[in-house]
Amino acid sequence: MSVVEISGLTKQFGETTALQRIELEIAEREFVSLIGPSGCGKSTLLRIVGDLIEPTSGTVTVNGKPARQARTDRDYGIVFQDPVLYDWRTVAKNVALPLEMARWSRQRRNERVQKMLELVELQGFENHRPWQLSGGMQQRVSIARALSFDPSLLLMDEPFGALDEMTRERLNMELLSIWDASGSTIVFVTHSIAEAVFLSTRVVVMSPRPGRVSEVIPIDLPQPRTATTREEPRFFELVTRVREALHLGHDLDRPAPAAKEATA
Amino acid sequence: MSSGAPVAVQPVPRGGLGRLVGRRAVDWLPALVVLVGIVALWQGLIVWTHAQQFLLPKPTSIASAFWTDKHELWSAGWYTFQEALGGFVLGSGLAILLALVLARWRPLGTALLPYAVAANAIPIIAFAPITNQWFGGGLTKSSKIAIAAILCFFPVLVNTLRGLTSVRPQDLELMRSYAAGNVEVFRRVRIPTSLPFMFTGLKVATVLAMIGAVVGEYFGGALNAIGVLILSRSRVFQFNEAWAGVLVVCLFGLALYIAVAALERIVLRWVPSTSE
Repeated sequence: MSVVEISGLTKQFGETTALQRIELEIAEREFVSLIGPSGCGKSTLLRIVGDLIEPTSGTVTVNGKPARQARTDRDYGIVFQDPVLYDWRTVAKNVALPLEMARWSRQRRNERVQKMLELVELQGFENHRPWQLSGGMQQRVSIARALSFDPSLLLMDEPFGALDEMTRERLNMELLSIWDASGSTIVFVTHSIAEAVFLSTRVVVMSPRPGRVSEVIPIDLPQPRTATTREEPRFFELVTRVREALHLGHDLDRPAPAAKEATA
Repeated sequence: MSSGAPVAVQPVPRGGLGRLVGRRAVDWLPALVVLVGIVALWQGLIVWTHAQQFLLPKPTSIASAFWTDKHELWSAGWYTFQEALGGFVLGSGLAILLALVLARWRPLGTALLPYAVAANAIPIIAFAPITNQWFGGGLTKSSKIAIAAILCFFPVLVNTLRGLTSVRPQDLELMRSYAAGNVEVFRRVRIPTSLPFMFTGLKVATVLAMIGAVVGEYFGGALNAIGVLILSRSRVFQFNEAWAGVLVVCLFGLALYIAVAALERIVLRWVPSTSE
């Protein structure tokens, strides 16, 4: 069974068509990246899958249920570009937030928080405040929180976009080992081609005005990905593939200059 | 990643009550020097210019009047402080409750907020002679509690409401992803976000509560109230005693303010600026 099924999905913001007739299926254990220029609707698509905004028409099914039902069943964890940590909570309590809301017992909560902080290598920072951590550490807290309740689906909206290249590559490796350990399905929004190719099992290339899927590229790099994956010829071939697909999407866009800018 | 050197991590600020209440004694020294200087200057100027006592008594005369009448002054101050405290608790409490209601039902808030802001900007103390009559007559404690409560009400309401509604959109989006209900959004996001705003309002309210109670008493109050005492002493030209009364009002007012500021420090330990 596919984890996410999107069919005939269209989203209008007023006169602007942010997404037009999107069709996409994501299977269990996949790591799918959505990539495209600003305004192609990739973040909008992710938010519709998470039922944070509603589509104008079309359907989204998550784990065989409507997206709304999946949200109320807490089927997914989400990581935003901004870590969205609550300053009034310690690191440990931020990670425990979804568990508190799911009424886990204190003991179970504490055990799980410990495990999650180990997973993102933040042991010893339980009692720190979010503002006492660096940007990369904050984002790891956010990932730990999203994974804490074992969601079958992880939605990530440019989670490493604000980080420097070094930190980003390190967190990419970390994310892959978390993906491997947790067994969840990941939908990942980015505008870094290298990041998309390195992480994904499939890259969905999107183009703007109106936002649509222009190509879906399977990434056949061997698993698990390692530091040397980025140096393989196949990696560069695939990066080039994705880049060309992105430019093609852009060129197709040219004949319609009258179309209005869509918001991402 | 390798265990990676943590970047810019400060220890979680912890400290005893002394740390919470304020800076270390050394940090207070400059302020103390200024106080001593001002009092000395005041004393020196009066001795030097032979100013009339009714214009401004010498600090030493005030201090000696304070010492002589200390029991009467303290008990009068305490009486008025109770009125101020009652008004503070009542007015602030009602304001916080109303702010929660207005934040929950936004159209109501949109309709009422302009009036709250306007009321916050007018000198409500002008109503004191009238409210004295509304709430059980001029001599009662409740009439002073009422005027103090009304004075406290608006700044706390306006600030708390502003805090409850200035939540970051992404904080709400996270709550939505957890399918959180309204009560949970208030408990976990809106109320914590509003606390720094609320305390700003509460600190303003402590000052207003004392003003409300004392000025209320100027328009008539119990004989053992500090406002009445200040008024009667100045009418019979006992200016040293009147000033000693003002000093007592200042001390009680400061005590209330410091108590709320200390509570703020304890409650808002998570705010970067208060824990420094």
